[in-house]
Amino acid sequence: MDPIKVIRSRTVVMPSTNIDTDQIIPARFLTTTTREGLGAALFADLRNGADGKPRADFVLNRAESHGCTILVAGRNIGCGSSREHAPWALLDYGFRAVVSTEIADIFRSNSLKNGLLPVVVDEATHEWLLAHPGAEIEIDLGECSLRLPDGRVVDFPIEAFARYCLLNGVDELGYLLNQSDAIEAYEARRT
Amino acid sequence: MTAKTLFQKLWERHEVVPETADTPAVLYIDLHLTHEVTSPQAFSVLRERGLKVRRPDRTLVTMDHSTPTDTAQIFGGVPIALESAANQIRQLEVNCREFGLDLIGLKDARRGIVHIIGPELGATQPGKTIVCGDSHTSTHGAFGALAFGIGTTEVGYVLATQCLLQRRPRTLAIEVAGRLGPGVAAKDLVLAIIGRIGVNGGTGHALEYRGPAIEALSMDERMTICNMSIEAGARAGMVAPDETTFAYLKGRPLAPQGDAWERAVADWRTLPSDAGALYDKTVQLDAGAVEPMITYGTNPGMVAPITGCVPERPGDAVFARALAYMGLEPGQPLRDRPVQVVFIGSCTNARISDLELAAKVFRGRKVAPGVRALVVPGSQQVKREAEALGLAQVFIDAGAEWRESGCSMCLGMNGDTVDAGNYCVSTSNRNFEGRQGAGARTLLASPATAAAAAVLGRVADPREFIH
Repeated sequence: MDPIKVIRSRTVVMPSTNIDTDQIIPARFLTTTTREGLGAALFADLRNGADGKPRADFVLNRAESHGCTILVAGRNIGCGSSREHAPWALLDYGFRAVVSTEIADIFRSNSLKNGLLPVVVDEATHEWLLAHPGAEIEIDLGECSLRLPDGRVVDFPIEAFARYCLLNGVDELGYLLNQSDAIEAYEARRT
Repeated sequence: MTAKTLFQKLWERHEVVPETADTPAVLYIDLHLTHEVTSPQAFSVLRERGLKVRRPDRTLVTMDHSTPTDTAQIFGGVPIALESAANQIRQLEVNCREFGLDLIGLKDARRGIVHIIGPELGATQPGKTIVCGDSHTSTHGAFGALAFGIGTTEVGYVLATQCLLQRRPRTLAIEVAGRLGPGVAAKDLVLAIIGRIGVNGGTGHALEYRGPAIEALSMDERMTICNMSIEAGARAGMVAPDETTFAYLKGRPLAPQGDAWERAVADWRTLPSDAGALYDKTVQLDAGAVEPMITYGTNPGMVAPITGCVPERPGDAVFARALAYMGLEPGQPLRDRPVQVVFIGSCTNARISDLELAAKVFRGRKVAPGVRALVVPGSQQVKREAEALGLAQVFIDAGAEWRESGCSMCLGMNGDTVDAGNYCVSTSNRNFEGRQGAGARTLLASPATAAAAAVLGRVADPREFIH
């Protein structure tokens, strides 16, 4: 995984609350056995009409959304299914960070493990972001801060170990594998 | 000694390395349930890194999500209609062979939805940590286990190390007084709980359902409740183990036997929360006030008593959009809406007692003209049992489709879907947009309510049939 330090982009705004992982990627795309290419299925039923053609009124289909890497979403994005295909699809499409007031537990955990940065901000900052789609913002993981275009800087919380892993591009599996003595001792104690 | 909650006891028993400010806990996993949809990429990582499965004996593998429910495609030699699903099933077979895992495969008599067969086989036990690449893993908490859903990367961690890195969640007690009334099911209670605390009310928390109404529930009913914890945002939900739990498990193939059973039960009796143990939050409900519930919107928190109406929330654009998707208007009664499909199945409501409840309504009646009713048992064992009890014949005589087990129309991955614009009264767990098929409109309810809708062809109060 590549290290993440700073993400700078215009925002794409999806103000709906409770954007669930079935909306992010519908179940019919889950019969894949790889993690590649899922960007094509991102928000499939919102992006495309029943005729398969792009819906002009959907935010990702607008010209100004192209190239944006920060998604600002309504409260509780990522609720529902544990499918890691949701962050895979967002990343494959080009997103690098998701910003909301609340991010569902499993989706947040899955995002952190793939380098999609979940950023939880306060209500006031969130309201400003929702009201200003396309705003150029900067997310600094080293500083745990988000900078708005007017220079205001707000802090966001992030679990310390996950932050360390993202900043350094290391994955947690290596860390867990290094715990093998402790795991063996635990297994011996339990049996 | 400090009084501890069930959750605290479960957590502390499984700490390989406790958490610090800088590092999460290394948490040991006793049982890893694995299925075809969320595991292929995890096996690929093991392969890339030259890793083995650390504890095949703690790994239970089956296939349920993308499998057909059509008998001919499983047992009759007819090819699986969905090529990508067939490929995913083959890939799981290959992965199990390569990594030395026993597989409860497509034709295995023990096969079924992973959250149904874990308990059924006795693999799910009090005191265990249980994970699966599926958010409804919370189901197993009904036994006094710490059980939660994980993503595929974490499936790989557990395969390779039998451990996860976890931060300790907060605790939320849901205390339910009283008793459920006639015709009111466990599903109605959990929908009422979600309606009360909201779809994010449990985020960051492990739930413990407790109180007289919970203690009075059967294991099947407790599983229905714990199953939907994730619909309130909580990864885990649990019920303290008691005599009901032990009676359910005794004699099951993977449960401890003989002296080991006695020792296990003695240990399990120490698990319930101590008197005076503190929870971070507590919510109280009265089961006696719960009515049959049905959802009207696009998340399980958009739910109301079946005797009620679609709420009015002027100025709420998200709410209005959800109602537009559902084709409903504020203020409309929930009853009497014509339905096109009824689905009785899923890890929420496809155990034998759910089918018995549905059969009470179907017995001697017919599925209404123009309605498609699909009954999908949760496992092959449930299927055999329902056939032996004559329930299957009740469904068939009524004109419902009686299928092989699997997740089926809960998420429509295997081709069992609801057409766009159609209403489906479903005993499953999610009414998200497109969940049962692009444009499908899901109304979540209990098996009795679903069966009532099937025979009347419209949303109806199950108490018309069950007194």
